[in-house]
Amino acid sequence: MHIELRGITKCFGALRANDNISFAVPPSSIHGILGENGAGKSTLMKILSGFYSPDSGDILLDGKKVRIASPADAIRHGIGMLHQDPLDFPPLKVIDDFILGSKGNLIPNHKSATREFRELAARFGFSIDPESYVDTLTVGERQQLEILRLLWLGARALILDEPTTGISLPQKEKLFATLKKLASEGMTILFVSHKLEDVEALCNKVSVLRQGKLVGSVDPPFATGALVEMMFGKEIALEPKAQLRFGSNVLHIKHVDLEGIRIQIKGLDLQVRAGEVIGLAGMEGSGQTLFLGACAGLAQPVGGSFCLDEDEKDMTGRTYHEFRKHGVAYLPAARLEQALVPGLTLTEHFILSEGMKGLFIDRKKAEALAKSRIQVFNIKGRPDSTVESLSGGNQQRALLALMRDPLKLILVEHPTRGLDIESTIYIWNKLKERCARGTSIIFISADLDEILKYSDRVLVFFAGRVSPPLEASTLSVERLGRLIGGKDWETLETEAAHA
Amino acid sequence: MNNSALFVSLGGVLASAAPVLFAVIGETISERAGVLNLSMNGMILLSAMGSFAVALSTGSVVLGFLAGALIGALVSLVVVFASLTLLQSQVAVGFVLALLCRDLSYFLGSPIMGQVGPRISQLPIPGLEQIPVLGTILFRQDMMTYLSFILVILAWFFIFKTRPGLTLRGIGERPAAAFVRGANVNRLRYLYAVLGGAIAGLAGPIYSLSVKAGWKGTISGLDGIGWIVLSITIFGGWKPFRAAFGAYLFAFLQWLGLVLQPSLPSVPSQVLQVAPFPLMILTLLFVNIGNAEWVERSLARLPENVRRDIAKVLRAMNATPPAALGVPFEKE
Ligand SMILES: Nc1ncnc2c1ncn2[C@@H]1O[C@H](COP(=O)(O)OP(=O)(O)OP(=O)(O)O)[C@@H](O)[C@H]1O
Ligand SMILES: [Mg+2]
Repeated sequence: MHIELRGITKCFGALRANDNISFAVPPSSIHGILGENGAGKSTLMKILSGFYSPDSGDILLDGKKVRIASPADAIRHGIGMLHQDPLDFPPLKVIDDFILGSKGNLIPNHKSATREFRELAARFGFSIDPESYVDTLTVGERQQLEILRLLWLGARALILDEPTTGISLPQKEKLFATLKKLASEGMTILFVSHKLEDVEALCNKVSVLRQGKLVGSVDPPFATGALVEMMFGKEIALEPKAQLRFGSNVLHIKHVDLEGIRIQIKGLDLQVRAGEVIGLAGMEGSGQTLFLGACAGLAQPVGGSFCLDEDEKDMTGRTYHEFRKHGVAYLPAARLEQALVPGLTLTEHFILSEGMKGLFIDRKKAEALAKSRIQVFNIKGRPDSTVESLSGGNQQRALLALMRDPLKLILVEHPTRGLDIESTIYIWNKLKERCARGTSIIFISADLDEILKYSDRVLVFFAGRVSPPLEASTLSVERLGRLIGGKDWETLETEAAHA
Repeated sequence: MNNSALFVSLGGVLASAAPVLFAVIGETISERAGVLNLSMNGMILLSAMGSFAVALSTGSVVLGFLAGALIGALVSLVVVFASLTLLQSQVAVGFVLALLCRDLSYFLGSPIMGQVGPRISQLPIPGLEQIPVLGTILFRQDMMTYLSFILVILAWFFIFKTRPGLTLRGIGERPAAAFVRGANVNRLRYLYAVLGGAIAGLAGPIYSLSVKAGWKGTISGLDGIGWIVLSITIFGGWKPFRAAFGAYLFAFLQWLGLVLQPSLPSVPSQVLQVAPFPLMILTLLFVNIGNAEWVERSLARLPENVRRDIAKVLRAMNATPPAALGVPFEKE
């Protein structure tokens, strides 16, 4: 399908989220959309997929002007959208989820649907059991299910909004192979991402948005520096890794056994020194979340002990509340569900986290505090903005701004998931500033580059097995990728024996 | 007690469960769509009184039943209008309606209290009623009891086997996803809530024109049934056959209490009367045991194939409410 956008404009109040955007995407191509957080990428994709109607401008499909009134209308026109958080039905069976929304007889024919599902899945090498339940699938598999479903409904164009943030490396490779295959068969694909390397590996053309406007479209070969400059309107220097000197022990983990619902970790030893950054790598559900939670007192070990500080204060069995009192902070991955309160404003969040004294709230003081933090952390929002109205990058900045100071240990899941390069660098600068002042950080990331770039040592998790701490400087992305997939673990043991 | 009397009593259990079944299936359909209709208790009373009044004045039981369905539909229309259109809390509106409808039925029903009116008659099915045992239990019922059997099967078939039924499950689980797939979420919620209300509304006339014929105001013994209906809906895991099992279990336990009373003089009669309630709660706990973390943990130790089988059984037993139950839907 040939897609053409002409002068698309969309305002939210005074904000021009999309400002006169025009470009065309021919069939059999993968078109990348780049832009910083809040640039208007999702808004544009939502217009194309029928969620929003544009204030002005036209959409032309195969040369014909169309009005896309709803997401269901979009799929009737052959446009399917894959949402970052797959919009499916977790408690249903895969095959029911597959059928839901399709047209046909009063009583759907499960047999033929199952057969067609299997045929489609086989074409792309996906192995999903149609009789299993959706909530037993990984995010990557749920994406695959959505792709199959959209193809089955006759999609001739696919929109993917940040599809790679929640999935593992092998799944990402499979997704890319699938997209390339689809494009070669005539599919039009729009691919939104923050990851330049993904876009560079996949796309035939890239359009860059900034503050709602189209900055330009670029053909390959892509020059990373030029793309970054188009996205941010300035060059962004990737700072070299500063070598900090580490202090004394902040956390001493002695032979800890952990038991999760589906995962068990045995005999884990680790000493974290002040100022050190430890990265936890592994596929989703390999035990790293369990471990991080245990470091915050959110999960109790069944054996071994956790000690804080030089004086080895034994914290085993203590609650999160006590860990917090001793300067441990935990930032979960689900920002809106677990760490921020939707509906409350930034000011109100500062009031909560500062634990202001007294029965009545000192509005003035709180607002002044919020204002200054907003400035320091460069949050695009006002003191009275509710947290859910902030873009992803700004929510993450808000979370950082809410952290108390000083802290001994920061535990963080996916610190920069969904953030653009500038925000990523910004967030890590802020975190590293704290390291320089003696705070240690343990973080989980699905992004291997992030792990290698920002950690001093790395723990690899695979199905509850944990590698000895590996010096990040001696690791490569390829090696880390293999370890995450459960390969090369014997070499770790021989290395450990030699060391 | 001799055998034939036992079979007659079991037949009576099925008949006394019929109104509960209608109400539970109606509520199940409504809740599947994401609308919690808490007004059930008052609504059943109002429709029992209203349908009796209509049947009494017109002499037609058919019109009585229609009136019952209409009252059920109207009350649930108030609930959905307040919650989906005016965006008020479903719980608050439903609860207030439960109280309001109950008082309304006592107030409006006082003129017809104690009068003798029409009622539906037994309708033994020729041939089938002759079958030993089963004939007595199943086929010497009235029309509505037969319909209650059919209703359960129909509801199950609709929810789990048809395309609109699949969409119905979808709008209660994740309305945003259903919307993306072309469902008009709010219109469907109106539809199913009102349809469910109409079905549940039939519970009233089944009482007042059959099971407990007549209208006796506060001593009708109908107050409280609606709350039990709501709990059986949960117990039934929003699945018609399980809900039917719950309704029959409840009717059976109540009957058992009555029968056992003479032979257990040492047990206070109140104990036997309330025993069905804690028993229902225990069953509910047992049924949902798969949700408990310790169960999952101990399962994790079993070998993979055994664990899968047990997990499947637990999953089938498990009752999880529709995820969007009581949550209004706004696109974006
Ligand atoms: N429904 C809405 N109401 C008001 N403002 C909105 C709404 N949706 C988006 N915005 C604003 O429009 C701008 C563009 O948002 P959009 O989500 O399109 O950005 P994006 O490029 O997808 O960013 P990100 O990379 O963080 O996902 C942002 O400033 C955002 O705050
Ligand atoms: Mg976006």
